[in-house]
Amino acid sequence: MNIERLYREESGRILATLIRLLGDFDLAEEVVQEAFVAALEQWPAEGIPANPRAWLVSTARHKAVDRLRRRIRFQEKQKELERLVVLEEQMTAPDPPDSTVADDRLRLIFTCCHPALAIEAQIALTLRTLGGLSTEEIARAFLVPVATMAQRLVRAKQKIRTAGIPYQIPPDDLLPERLDGVLRTVYLVFNEGYAATLGDTLVRHELCAEAIRLGRLLCELLPASPEARALLALMLLHDSRRDARLNADGGIVLLEEQDRRRWNRAQIHEGLTLLQEALRTGDASEYALQAAIAGLHARAERAEDTDWRQIAQFYDLLLRIQPSPVVDLNRAVAVAMADGPEHGLRLIDEIEARGELHNYHLLPAARADLLRRLGRWTEAAAAYKHALALVTNAAERRFLERRLAEVEEQGH
Amino acid sequence: MQYLLLIYEREADWNTMSEKDKGAIFQEYMAFTQGIMKSGHHRAGDALQPVSTATTVRVRNGKTVTTDGPFAETREQLGGYYLVEAKDLDEATSIAARIPSARHGSIEIRPVMVYQK
Repeated sequence: MNIERLYREESGRILATLIRLLGDFDLAEEVVQEAFVAALEQWPAEGIPANPRAWLVSTARHKAVDRLRRRIRFQEKQKELERLVVLEEQMTAPDPPDSTVADDRLRLIFTCCHPALAIEAQIALTLRTLGGLSTEEIARAFLVPVATMAQRLVRAKQKIRTAGIPYQIPPDDLLPERLDGVLRTVYLVFNEGYAATLGDTLVRHELCAEAIRLGRLLCELLPASPEARALLALMLLHDSRRDARLNADGGIVLLEEQDRRRWNRAQIHEGLTLLQEALRTGDASEYALQAAIAGLHARAERAEDTDWRQIAQFYDLLLRIQPSPVVDLNRAVAVAMADGPEHGLRLIDEIEARGELHNYHLLPAARADLLRRLGRWTEAAAAYKHALALVTNAAERRFLERRLAEVEEQGH
Repeated sequence: MQYLLLIYEREADWNTMSEKDKGAIFQEYMAFTQGIMKSGHHRAGDALQPVSTATTVRVRNGKTVTTDGPFAETREQLGGYYLVEAKDLDEATSIAARIPSARHGSIEIRPVMVYQK
């Protein structure tokens, strides 16, 4: 067994248990690290224990007892003394039932994604504790300085402690609302990986992979949740196009120009199966509808086989449960593909007339594309220039510049 | 844990309300307060006089400066508070959500600092 792999796969689970036992994020993180260091030292010589996870939990527990004893020797702290007494009692007591331990990670997810924490803090904490990513890795993924990310994590843990954010699975009456928050956090991680808003590359695979891993975990821990399945389906379907979305130079390849043989068929199959399960047991949630749209793209063997009319209908439904100008814009594009660019342009004009999305580069980009399809080169060029003034991602910028050059060429 | 629930609302709304509506809200507050007394969560609670009666004092370089008005002009004003005992933030939040003013104003939930000896 590879200890590094074990760390990736098990550290979140072990940490979750230690947080429950210790009631202290920092102490738990420290002793879990120490337990893995001990494993690195001892296992090569002494052999791998029969149950590595139990060994790590028990070692981390002993390390916690040592640390608390040491702290108490220096300063007689009532609270730590109490914690030590509880912990020592636990160690002589029989192990808790498996269900308690299985629920530890679920407790941790709900604590990390508690609505009393800012969304940036929820994301950082979830990736750090459940994902086992280092502070440096998370900082790199979100393009912030390591010190900023470290402080964000410290503050979040401080708030959990001082504000009394509970370490528990929410009661039934709060569960739907809290689950929404957890799913949104995971989806934000995915989205930031799938269409990075900043930086040079469009896709940050490690974030996509991490979000999918968290999505799988949620499905495993909440097998009765259709929303969790729908979210995993959505992420798998989007991610299945990963290899075809970028060319060799990291440039964007649009959906209709992608080499569909490079789509990940196994992932598409898994996504579609999950989607069916989600729709069989639950309502057409926001994630289910988006997954259904991604599924229609995935099923089309050639771009011209895409069922745009059905996609536009799904966007209609999505607008009803999640009214948003971005969904509206996507619907306009689907209508344009089904009924002709003029219809799409009219809808885009309406969105713009409502004063929405005026800083969103994809609105003029969508208009530019429809004008290009109509051969209205001068207007298309103007719209591409408008989009270029708003875009922040370097890969998207290069794509828009290439298109602008093409339509300017045509116009001459 | 103890939490201070600070009730912020627009005083202007209150001033334009009919006597009947004011009476209804007052009744709701009475019922809420009795409820959290019975359940053992209540530690203290009061309504405050309007911000037009507020005075702010600062001591700078040994000199006491007193000014008319609240510490900060905000869209919603502090109108009252409850001090409650709750087992965690979720319980405190569910109590705060039942304060009648939560439906039109906002309730800020602040854990009370505990000094260890």
